[in-house]
Formats: sequence, C-alpha cells, structure tokens
Amino acid sequence: MVNRPLEYDYTIAKMFMLTTIVLGIVGMLIGVILAFQLAFPGVNTILGEGLAEYTNFSRLRPLHTDAVIFGFTLSGVFATWYYVGQRVLKVSMAESALLMFLGKLHFWLYLVVVVAVVVSLFAGVTTSKEYAEFEWPIDIGVVVVWVLFGMSIFGLIGIRREKSLYISVWYYIATFLGIAMLYLFNNMEIPTMLGTSAAGESGIGAWYHSVSMYSGTNDALVQWWYGHNAVAFGFTVPIVAMIYYFLPKESGQAIYSYKLSLLSFWGLMFVYLWAGGHHLLYSTVPDWMQTMGSIFSVILILPSWGSAINMLLTMKGEWQQVAASPLIKFMILASTFYMFSTLEGPIQAIKSVNAIAHFTDWIVGHVHDGVLGWVGFMIMAALFHMAPRVFKREIYSKSLMVAQFWIQTLGVVLYFTSMWIAGITQGMMWRAHDEFGNLAYSFIDTVTVLHPYYVIRGVGGLLYLVGFLMFAYNIYKTMSARPVEDHELQNASPMGA
Amino acid sequence: MDIAQLQAYGYFILTASLVIVLYGYIYHLYTKKRDADGVDYENYSNMALKDDIVDTPVSAKSDKEK
Repeated sequence: MVNRPLEYDYTIAKMFMLTTIVLGIVGMLIGVILAFQLAFPGVNTILGEGLAEYTNFSRLRPLHTDAVIFGFTLSGVFATWYYVGQRVLKVSMAESALLMFLGKLHFWLYLVVVVAVVVSLFAGVTTSKEYAEFEWPIDIGVVVVWVLFGMSIFGLIGIRREKSLYISVWYYIATFLGIAMLYLFNNMEIPTMLGTSAAGESGIGAWYHSVSMYSGTNDALVQWWYGHNAVAFGFTVPIVAMIYYFLPKESGQAIYSYKLSLLSFWGLMFVYLWAGGHHLLYSTVPDWMQTMGSIFSVILILPSWGSAINMLLTMKGEWQQVAASPLIKFMILASTFYMFSTLEGPIQAIKSVNAIAHFTDWIVGHVHDGVLGWVGFMIMAALFHMAPRVFKREIYSKSLMVAQFWIQTLGVVLYFTSMWIAGITQGMMWRAHDEFGNLAYSFIDTVTVLHPYYVIRGVGGLLYLVGFLMFAYNIYKTMSARPVEDHELQNASPMGA
Repeated sequence: MDIAQLQAYGYFILTASLVIVLYGYIYHLYTKKRDADGVDYENYSNMALKDDIVDTPVSAKSDKEK
C-alpha cells in the first residue's frame, strides 16, 4: 500500500451534493407546476382526466413542500456537514472506517426513505399533517436516518484535533437536536390497526394508516410548534451554519465578531422555540399563548439580525469582492434576504397585521423570499464553493453563474412582490363589508382580481427553476473542467470564463 | 394554588432566569474576551480560515484528552 499524506475524504459529501441537485430540480419543478395550476386551473388535468388523481394541486402540494424541505434542503445540510465538519474539526472521514460506513449507510437509507415518501405521497397516503405527512413506517425510517446523522456528527467530534467547536458546528448540533425533538413529538401517532373503535371494532384501516395522539386545539398547538420550528431548525439554523463557514472562507475574511456569533446563537436558541404560536392567532388556543407567540416573534429579530449583520460586516472593507465574485454575491444576497424575511415574519406575527395577513398569499410570499432568497441561494453558494474542492477542478463557467444570479434574483423579486400585492388585496377584500355588515365580495371576486399576480408568481418561479437548471449544468460541467492545484483553493474559488 | 397558576409562575421564572443567564453570558464574553483556555474568542475565526488538515489547530486537543 502506498503511504499517502492524509486528506479530507469527500465521498459522502459528493453523494449528498447529487441528491441536493436532483431533489432540488424535482421540488422546484413541482412548485412551478403548482403555481401555474393556481393561475390556470386547466393545468390540474394536464395529463388527461385519467391521471388527474396524480396531477391535481392537492396531490402535488405535499410533494413540493417535502421535496424542497426534506429533499433539497436536508441533502444540502448533509452535504455541507460532511464537508465543513471534517475541515473545522481537522479530522478526515478516512481516519475512521466506522464513520465512513455510518456515513454511507446514512446516505443509502436516506435515499430509501426519499423513494418511500415519493411513492406514498403520489399514491395519496398521508397523515394530512402539514410538513409531517409521512405515515408511521416512514417516520421510523426518518428517525433511523436522523440518528445516523447524529452519530456522524458526534463521531467526528469525538475524534477531532481542534479542541473548540467552530460556531458552524454548534449550529449543526442544534439542527440535529432540534429536529430530533420536534419530529418525535409531532409525529406521535397510533397505527389504526392497534386501535379499537367505540363500537368495539379492531384492526381498522390499512396497516400503514395512523391517527395522531393529539386532537383538536392540542394537535394544532403541537403541529405549529413543530411547523414553525421546522423552519427554525431546518431553514435557519443549518443555513446559518453554512454561511458562518462559507462566507469567511470564500472571502478570506475573519468573521467580523466571533463573540457576536456566539451570543446570537444562544439568543436564537432561546427565542425561536416560543414563536410557533403566531401561526394560531385568532384561533382556539389560549390568548396568552397567542400573545407570547407574537412577542417572541418580534424579539426574534434581534438574534436573527445579529447573525446577518455579522455576515455583512465580515465584508467590511472588502465590498469589491461582491462586485467581482458571483459566489460572494449569492451569499451576500442570501444574508440580505435573511434579514428581510426575519423582519417580515415578525411584522406578520403582530396581531393586527395578522388579521389581514392570515391565510392570504402574503404568507406564501414570506415563506418564498426566505427559502428562495436565503436557503436556496446559500445552499447553491455552498455547493459552488465545495465543487472545485471536492472535484479538484475549477468551476466551469463564471459567466453562467452571473447570468444565473440575475435570473434567479429577478425570479425571487417577482415572486414575493406579486404575493405581497395579492395577499394584501385578498386580506382587504375578505374583510370589506357594507354598513350593515354584509360582506362586500364573494370568494370568486378575489380569485378574479388575483389572477394576474398568480401568473407573475408562476413566471417568477419558472425563472428560479431555469436558474437552478443552469446551476446543475454548471456543477455537472465542473466535474470535467480544468484541474486545479491545491494552492488555488485557499480562498476565492477558481472559475473558468 | 391550582396547576395553571403554578405553570404560569414556573414559566415566568424559567423565562426570567434564561434572560439573566443569556445577559450574563454576553457580559462575560465582552469583559473577559478570552475563554477558559486563554484563547481570544476572535481567534476562533481561524478555525475556518486555516482549515487544511496540515494547518495547526487554534487550540489543539492534546493526546492525553483523546
């Protein structure tokens, strides 16, 4: 055997990069189809009446949300963990056969769960809990995959050379612990075959069906404690982990204030878990809980902006890099969108604003400026930074990256501005009444008025998808681009014209 | 005192103590500036900047601890 110097091993990071891209395309494509279904209902039966069961909005909607949350985003989180984790802990996966085995098992089981999710949701098998649609056998698979992720995190930490844990590692640990707690509690369910009805029947329903252990208001509370914190620990915490590593590394600048990163971390952990109640304003949950949800949502601005401002200030004196490098552009825009959506969210959580915003398209707009602008941009930037290092080749095309950046930015802007206007119009029309209290408009009146905005949203989504395909192509071509030497990979990523 | 009242007091005390701990931590960070090992917190940024496997760790884990 040849005695080679020790190197980081990116085998598993590469596997998850592949699923990030593939599931990103799937999730975003379904999203665009859904957007056009809302604008043009005929798209619901685009493959004919016979297949309408599989192509209608309600069947596809959970596939879109779950593909982008648990497919694209989680794959991105795993890919970056298996890259960043080794580097900041200064230990290679190649040093532990056990960790390598666990990592591969993690990937392959994850893939099995993804297939099970896609098949079951297409077949219409669902618990009908938003973002927690998977039935109990799949939930067990998810838990196993998650435990393997945890073993990889703590296993790598266990054999590290660096004594302290870099701030990104704290965020990855928080992601692991947060999702573990949330997923277990919200998915507590009894398989119907184990239950007995009031009439004494047992073995009810198909073997894979279940009912939630909670009901009514309690179910709603647990669901939105889960739902909002899935945003916290899936869309915020691990993405902050990424930006704290990739932006300083790509720009060659130390974090503006490491101390600020630490206190923002604990601030975020402290505040986020209490904010979920804002999804249930004006509902049957206790009033104090609604108020608490509102207040904690507003306080949440502080730790969120703590991290975002820390990232923008990291570029202090180095703003020419934003103009010069499309990769830095992606990250700075991601950070800006993070600030933007963490201001917008608290505004929507104020009770009087929520009275107009609740159930309208403004909420959909808010989610999408967060996920398209912040999560999507940051994950793509992370993969762009990783690609030259895992393939030892330069990024195929800088100009393609620049074009992608502007096409997608335009897409995001079209998406959220159209949804702002649509949402506020909708909210105002639903409330409008005459002097006797009769509603001024019927539901179909709002639909007619909103049609142009739905078309604009569809176009915005389509532009984002086109940009994502350009990203996929760029990464694919990077695998066979010009090989680079190690010294070219220190900070700014090498890019071809 | 019924259970709801106890829960309310418990919740308030928990929140208040977490606030005190968080502000205490911030005070600690900005007055001490260094952690228990004497490393300036700001040096930890180098964990990302100098992250080649051959780079020297900011604060190495000694073999004894392993």
